[in-house]
Amino acid sequence: MNRVQGLWDTSVGKKAVMAVTGLIMLAYLITHVLANLTVFQGPAKINAYSAFLHGTGGALWVARLVLIAALVLHVVAAAQFTARRRAARPVAYAAGREPQVSTFASRTIRWGGVLILIFIVYHLLHFTLGTVHPSFVEGDPYHNVAAGFGNPLVVVFYELALAALGLHLYHGIWSSGRSLGVSPPSPHPLKRQLAAVLSVLIWAGFAVIPIAVSAGALR
Amino acid sequence: MNLTLHVWRQPGPGAPGRMVRYQAADISPEMSFLEMLDVVNERLMETGEAPIAFDHDCREGICGSCSLMINGVAHGPELGTASCQLHMRSFRDGQEIHVEPWRARAFPVVKDLVVNRSALDRIIAVGGYASAPTGSAPDGNATLIPKDAVETAMDAAQCIGCGACVAACPNGSASLFTAAKITHLGLLPQGQPERGRRARRMVEQMDIEGFGQCSLYGECQEACPKEISIDTITRMNRDYLRALTAPDRAAAAESD
Repeated sequence: MNRVQGLWDTSVGKKAVMAVTGLIMLAYLITHVLANLTVFQGPAKINAYSAFLHGTGGALWVARLVLIAALVLHVVAAAQFTARRRAARPVAYAAGREPQVSTFASRTIRWGGVLILIFIVYHLLHFTLGTVHPSFVEGDPYHNVAAGFGNPLVVVFYELALAALGLHLYHGIWSSGRSLGVSPPSPHPLKRQLAAVLSVLIWAGFAVIPIAVSAGALR
Repeated sequence: MNLTLHVWRQPGPGAPGRMVRYQAADISPEMSFLEMLDVVNERLMETGEAPIAFDHDCREGICGSCSLMINGVAHGPELGTASCQLHMRSFRDGQEIHVEPWRARAFPVVKDLVVNRSALDRIIAVGGYASAPTGSAPDGNATLIPKDAVETAMDAAQCIGCGACVAACPNGSASLFTAAKITHLGLLPQGQPERGRRARRMVEQMDIEGFGQCSLYGECQEACPKEISIDTITRMNRDYLRALTAPDRAAAAESD
């Protein structure tokens, strides 16, 4: 088994792929949430950032292709792992299996991931392509955000997806270090301060914007 | 104590099984769970019914034979013990208790509560050892090992191979079992020459046997009667990934 095969053909190798692709997307999410929060500084800042990104030309597309590749690998690995876990226990426990220490976040990570995937498609149609946006203006993200959350159903969908994202990060950030074998040994291995802080900050940074628009703070 | 048991009965491998209800009357709270089953079995035999088959041997938590899923918890509600060290005082009078075998594709049911755990032996057989010339015992202290490495290796070496980690894992993963052996040998000087090859072979065998992947739920370390930490899984992952980039001497000799 060569190195590349070793990364995809064993469960440990594939988990490392999931961890790395997840961390790539995490790095993007951090820049994304910081950029989003400039919306509170008025239209000039966020529109200028948007213009800067589109002005980088090829670099924007390189970043997009890296993210698409990371997403595809992450989702394909998740689908294959779902099939593997189902095959690993063909007969379920008649009395059920009582979770002892696993977190809600870890137990919902698959369906949460499906919700996030659906959200990503909708989000791109909403704010990047504008096809499902009521009054999309290319190059004016401030207007697009302020006008894009007029429908309360859209706000609810965003908030649900962002809750799933926060939970996904709470388990994913912590477990990626272990999947890659870099987390230091701990007397309390299930504790995860860094993942808790990062996931709450990222979730809150994203989640505040649709609510701020609904509350009339951004117009 | 009077208890109502629901026990998985299956006459043989591949045969259909079902949960069967039994009354366990006049049970002493001082009995272990296995002694309670002994009492139930004696009464079953008096009525001419086949006794409930379950694995057991030392009954002091060191052999790894007993393997009962009790009310959805591997080895039952007591932490850090095998089913044999679980006492009936951990249950309430009148309680309903469900008893099932470990469930995993890699652990086929042999009969009733007995499963075949040879898959774990095959994972050990591909690399869970240190090849060393045998001979007269070496001098004590001839090989110096740091105290913390000794302790961490010893913690991992406590694994008794019962399979509770697999039974408790939502994915049916044998990662904690495999990682315990990789950690035990990977921390000691005797384990170094084969460290990378060991990690690769054992991880590959774990997949071949049909165990699930590790999703870091943490259920395994909670179920483990020896309280082995999921830190061992981090070490296994590190050894495996490092072996992909830098093959050790054993692997290099193999490919020559």
